Amino acid sequence: MSSRIAETFAKRRAAGTLALIGWQTIGYPTLDAARTLVPSLIDGGFDLIELGVPFSDPQADGTTIQRASFEALRQGATTGVALETVHSLRAAGVVAPLVFMSYYNPILSRGLDRFAAESAAAGVDGLIVPDLPPEESGDLSRALEGHGIDLIFLVAPTTPDERLAAVAARARGFVYCVSLAGVTGARSSLPEYLPEYLARVRRFTDLPLAVGFGVSRPEHVASLRGVADAAIVASAIIDRIDGVDAARQPEILRAFASELRKAAG
Amino acid sequence: MTTSTTTLSNDVPARPGRFGPYGGQFVPETLMPALKELAEANAAAADDAEFQATFDALARDFVGRPTPLYFASSLTARAGGAAIWLKREDLAHTGAHKINNALGQGLLARHMGKRRIIAETGAGQHGVATATVCAKLGLECIVYMGEDDIQRQSPNVFRMKLLGAEVRSVRSGSRTLKDAINEAIRDWVTNVAATFYVIGSVVGPHPYPTMVRDFQSVIGREARAQSLAQCGRLPDAVIACVGGGSNAMGIFHPFRKDESVRLIGVEAGGDGLASGRHAAPLSAGRPGVLHGALSYLMQDGDGQVIETHSISAGLDYPGVGPEHAWLKDTGRATYVAVDDATALKGFELACRNEGIIPALETAHAIAYAAEYAATRPPSEMIIVNCSGRGDKDLATVASRLGVTL
Repeated sequence: MSSRIAETFAKRRAAGTLALIGWQTIGYPTLDAARTLVPSLIDGGFDLIELGVPFSDPQADGTTIQRASFEALRQGATTGVALETVHSLRAAGVVAPLVFMSYYNPILSRGLDRFAAESAAAGVDGLIVPDLPPEESGDLSRALEGHGIDLIFLVAPTTPDERLAAVAARARGFVYCVSLAGVTGARSSLPEYLPEYLARVRRFTDLPLAVGFGVSRPEHVASLRGVADAAIVASAIIDRIDGVDAARQPEILRAFASELRKAAG
Repeated sequence: MTTSTTTLSNDVPARPGRFGPYGGQFVPETLMPALKELAEANAAAADDAEFQATFDALARDFVGRPTPLYFASSLTARAGGAAIWLKREDLAHTGAHKINNALGQGLLARHMGKRRIIAETGAGQHGVATATVCAKLGLECIVYMGEDDIQRQSPNVFRMKLLGAEVRSVRSGSRTLKDAINEAIRDWVTNVAATFYVIGSVVGPHPYPTMVRDFQSVIGREARAQSLAQCGRLPDAVIACVGGGSNAMGIFHPFRKDESVRLIGVEAGGDGLASGRHAAPLSAGRPGVLHGALSYLMQDGDGQVIETHSISAGLDYPGVGPEHAWLKDTGRATYVAVDDATALKGFELACRNEGIIPALETAHAIAYAAEYAATRPPSEMIIVNCSGRGDKDLATVASRLGVTL
């Protein structure tokens, strides 16, 4: 169990405000961009950062994160680079929870035990694996045991109650509530059924509920107050820095983060 | 909670659809209920006499089954050894074995009330087969195809369009079959409620590898019965090309308990295994997860899937069906690789000696069979799955031979 993740959500819950989860693809737009962009996101108001480990076949991702992933691989990003990035962020004084988002094969390829030990040593707090449903998660859960890394599960609007119960029994850290049937990527509006869907998930777990996929605007974030514990913003962050001069990217992300922070309370 | 296919208890997760350690369901949560629904519908259909009767009637009258088992006398004489017989899937409607599975899944989709069909295709044969079945059954059909494959298989693209399908070009990644599957999975995640994903090979998450194998097993059931009826014996070896591996699983499966029958899968050796430019995960890959299943995979040291190479678009795939991985590990089947140049020789052998223009995929199996037959006595008998015809490959072969069409 990661104390950094639990404390972060406890603080937000006590204050009655929404936690904000941000995104950085490791190796995008440049190999070491995370070292400057992640602190900017946190300074601006994000509470927790998902670090995307690039993969050649990101089947749950829309065009924005796909493109970032392919470009990051072209730049030479690897699982090793992701681990070094976390090491250096911690060395630079970043105390916010950092969570890896990786497809299963890079983890499997590195070796589950080795990946768990290296992630813990680097200062990783959690792990999201979008192609690892609970049925397939036993080996990785065992490998992460005792390392203080939360294996974070996803649920979707299509998830029936009996699966919600099974996910809740395994979930650590928070529950990633996918907002819609679809892939990642900014959308103009969030689905109307969200409050009802989140209430259904809530019946099965006391863990924080974080809503992602499509969440991209301050008004989306504001609409999640009172119905969820956190908003996850990913593709919209990449959209903000694409085509922008590298020197200006940190300031732009800081401004975007504080805009979202205002909406989150 | 218990279902017919999956047990998801709160303690020990079950691992559905496993072949030894291989297979599984490595997909986004959004799809898990759809896979359960599919597995249940497929199991119910297998026990539904009316469904089976519909399938059998269309397999006979629409597809043209049974396909012949044919003695390739000239090829046998040329190879100079064991007798080579061809299971003529190239004579099936649309020119390849792919129609068997497309018909089965198309009927299942209609049975489940899903009228929007998506499919991926590499060489275009599965896309054409799916478009054909959708036209016949009145279903909407969208086929994802890599941009590079659209270039090298343009006749099949036109065929799909004639049959009323929409062909969507995939420009991400390596722009071939693997990326077409990624895009089809993304479509399915987005439109899961009304959409049926017709996967074209024994790959993907459970229940696909089992379901596709079962629809393709008609090949092996016929071949086994024909071998007994025509030759009074079982073959000594069964040889088939392996990309994802559906024609091979289809012909292997009914022979799996006949221990005297060697099962040999032929992968695409591309420029040669030593070059690294090939599509032979069983020969030169290691286990990994792609497209929902654990199986042998072409990947780099960091677990990134690497680009493959084969003269044959249908074999140009970095993964392979999980049951093949298990057949390899258990030693029940043997897997070899044949490079592009040797496959072209196999192509010409079949053209010149048997009057059969085979698909380039099939040419890999024929090339290996000719080499293998030469090492075996004339008393032995080999069945080669002649999985498809080569009309679609004329442009590729012409360009290799330096001929302008």
